[in-house]
Amino acid sequence: MDWLDAIVQGVLLGGLYALFATGLSLIFGVMRLVNIAHGDLIVLAAFLGLAVVQGTGLHPLLSLVITVPAMAGLGYALQRGILNFTLGRDILPPLLVTFGLSIVIQNVLLEVFSADTRRLQIGALETASIAVGERIAIGWFPLLVFLSALAVIAGLQVLLSRTRLGAAFRATSDDRATAALMGVNDRHVFAFAMALALAVVALAGTFMAIRTNFSPAIGPARLLYAFEAVIIGGLGSLWGTLAGGVILGVAQAVGAKFHPGGQLLAGHVAFLLVLVVRPNGLFPRTRDR
Amino acid sequence: MSAPSGTILETRALTAFYGDFQALFGIALAIERGETVAIVGANGAGKSTFLRSVAGQLPSAPAQVIFAGEAVGHLPAYAIVRRGVALVPEGRLLFPSLSVEENLRLGAYAGRRGFWSLERVYGLFPALRERRTVPGTALSGGEQQMCAIGRALMSNPALLLCDELSLGLAPVVVRQLYAVLPRIVAQGTTVVVVEQDIDRALSVADCVFCFREGLIALQGRPESLARADIGRAYFGV
Repeated sequence: MDWLDAIVQGVLLGGLYALFATGLSLIFGVMRLVNIAHGDLIVLAAFLGLAVVQGTGLHPLLSLVITVPAMAGLGYALQRGILNFTLGRDILPPLLVTFGLSIVIQNVLLEVFSADTRRLQIGALETASIAVGERIAIGWFPLLVFLSALAVIAGLQVLLSRTRLGAAFRATSDDRATAALMGVNDRHVFAFAMALALAVVALAGTFMAIRTNFSPAIGPARLLYAFEAVIIGGLGSLWGTLAGGVILGVAQAVGAKFHPGGQLLAGHVAFLLVLVVRPNGLFPRTRDR
Repeated sequence: MSAPSGTILETRALTAFYGDFQALFGIALAIERGETVAIVGANGAGKSTFLRSVAGQLPSAPAQVIFAGEAVGHLPAYAIVRRGVALVPEGRLLFPSLSVEENLRLGAYAGRRGFWSLERVYGLFPALRERRTVPGTALSGGEQQMCAIGRALMSNPALLLCDELSLGLAPVVVRQLYAVLPRIVAQGTTVVVVEQDIDRALSVADCVFCFREGLIALQGRPESLARADIGRAYFGV
């Protein structure tokens, strides 16, 4: 039963990884932008949550009412003000600019919040759990995170496949110039996609801050998890990203069973195995052009 | 529906560049509302470049393109289509990630109201209705061209620009496509077609412009143009 417990906990942890990765996946899918600062934006959202909680006394989960719109607004401004200018035929400028952004965010956070590790407390909900059978306990909070990931991905999928805006996203992803002939302003569409991505990042950052200790330096590791989840799932597929997050989470939980230090290694090994067996990931949607 | 008369599109010394390469060297023409206009010319004469400049895909100075009395040369493509200019691009360029119906619906993104709706486009091209759920790029060449025309019509344009409708299509399919043109014109839409086939251009158009090397080599009403003159203008011999 211990193994089953590890798998269950791994699946729930995978929900958090899927939330880390969703924004990255969406941005890559819509505008072929690889956002190196993604992990640092997650940490920025966590610190923003901390500041809101400390400043207003709100419950950390309620602070999302402020952090989600704030991060969405930041995303729109970031895309419109900086990142749109890096997009073009050359793939290097967006990589360099977001890499620079990553360093800027880390250092600003260090300057403002110091290098101390922090955590958001949610009281009893942190440890409350439902007992399933004799040996397995499902924590309410990890379950909430997993269900949130499901809801976010289902919502984005409906947005992409059923709405006018979603059709504009896909058309712009296919062919910017022709989408413009339809009346689609690609700069606005890209900025809106980044706003959506950072709204999800706000959610992911707050959940992370409740689940684990965080400090200004941990962004790049979150970026790595997010990348691995996206690549395992296959570029451009949001459900694939969820599957990627879950595989990563399960691999880490099972790895930790073998050896206490084996957690991270097992996740990376699972990632490499998928790359060897399915180089395009499990559910690739993106066309190579 | 009777269209108000007057000039719908005027270009003044319109120039266009691809990097250092100049493709148009000062095109000056005027198109009357409700007319069907054909642009003919050899490959590289600047026909497609002209349409792309008018549609806002290539930048121009404001006063180089006057649409419905307003200088619009500086506006980007997404703003031009909102004013009522739709381009059926060369090579169709349907969106592969979108179904036929989604391609058509996206054509209405600009939000212009008018005669054309999804139902009426399906009425114009019944073949598209049967294949509404497949990806745009899974259609035959002729069906793709129908979808591209339908997609442009969904924006209810006052001016419809069609680039090389017959490119790569069988003659019978080309005849079918041109057969629907009168039904589009009947809604008061001004239509500009770029066409390699001079006979077809002369038969559909109220007015023909012949481009050569980025300039207008010849223009006039089909009945007033001698075939030999067009040939000379076309090839510059």
